[in-house]
Amino acid sequence: MSPRSKTAVRRTLRAFALELLIYAALVTVYFFAVLHFLGSWLVQLETQHIRVYAVVAILLIIGQAVVLESVTTGLLRLLRGGRSE
Amino acid sequence: MFFPISHAHVNPIYLVVVGFLIGVLGGFFGVGGSFIAGPALRLVGIDWNFAVGTDLAHIVGKSVVAAKRHRALGNVDLRLGLIMAIGTIAGAEMGAQLIQALKRAGNINFVVSVVSIVIYLSISIFMLWESWKTLARAKSRNPGSKSGSLPAKSDESAFQHVTTAIQRWRIPPMITLPASGVTISLWIILLVAFVGGLCSGFLGGGAGYIRMPSMVYVLGIPTHLAVGTDLFEIIISASYGTFSHAIKGNVDILIALVMHTGAAIGAQLGAISTQYFAGPKIRLAFVPLPLIGAAIVIYTMFTGHKL
Repeated sequence: MSPRSKTAVRRTLRAFALELLIYAALVTVYFFAVLHFLGSWLVQLETQHIRVYAVVAILLIIGQAVVLESVTTGLLRLLRGGRSE
Repeated sequence: MFFPISHAHVNPIYLVVVGFLIGVLGGFFGVGGSFIAGPALRLVGIDWNFAVGTDLAHIVGKSVVAAKRHRALGNVDLRLGLIMAIGTIAGAEMGAQLIQALKRAGNINFVVSVVSIVIYLSISIFMLWESWKTLARAKSRNPGSKSGSLPAKSDESAFQHVTTAIQRWRIPPMITLPASGVTISLWIILLVAFVGGLCSGFLGGGAGYIRMPSMVYVLGIPTHLAVGTDLFEIIISASYGTFSHAIKGNVDILIALVMHTGAAIGAQLGAISTQYFAGPKIRLAFVPLPLIGAAIVIYTMFTGHKL
């Protein structure tokens, strides 16, 4: 790896470390706020309407992926002054 | 934290860390990482059926994040990914049927274990030989360079002559893939995807360990594109697998959602890291992954413990 690449990797890792801290705080809030309330509804769905549960499960994981990707990209852009990679 | 769907008590931090590690591997190598996620979930007492189904759900989310990132970096061939999804789903069904047939014959564990060890070892040995040879050739062109003369994101392969020969098979319809710079028969793409799906259905997981190398060596797709496209394709095939497992009651989506919070950031880190490595170096770094899979299977075979 060239010295320029090494500097870029170092910069990226530093931004990631900072991003991890902010992200961890957001995720903790998310655990308590969202998953806690979703839990009982999902259990009910899983026992009574398994097909609906299967569709909801896929939609939830894809939805979370899209939201988290936007959050992490936004955080990274913010931390690296407008550049996401 | 109690997860009521699978009736399991698991520390969420453990799930986030496991998700993060698998996310890094997935983003960098284009694999689902089920060979690590499955045993990691088993270690904390989650039943095997939930470990498999939940892991697939988490793979969907992780692949969305990593594929989106790879797409932004220009590493996804959407046309190729969509075609491959068809072959993968067909192959996965065939693999599942084979498993059922072996179950009836009564020797499923031994056959699946031996086949998986042979496949894992073959992939590792072949990729070690090829990437080593490619890097040595690059270094001989530029003897002054410490790490070979391949700049980041560049690609070449010592197996290129075979790939070129395969691309010359003009079995219609021919498909042009402008993003990958390849024109190849549809049937070869479907065959590669089918074999990947077969391994997925037969051995479990997303089978990225066979699909990513096949895309590079058989289809001639540049490594960075193979990683990104494989992840895109995994979204479709793992969604199918998740649905199939969920209706059998094998998916605890709450565990998958928690794991995915770690995977989301790990997948981004892995995907961005590919930008700093040449194709053969990514392939060389890939070599230990199937070996880990083989080691887990050998351990299971000789101890009788399911990790």
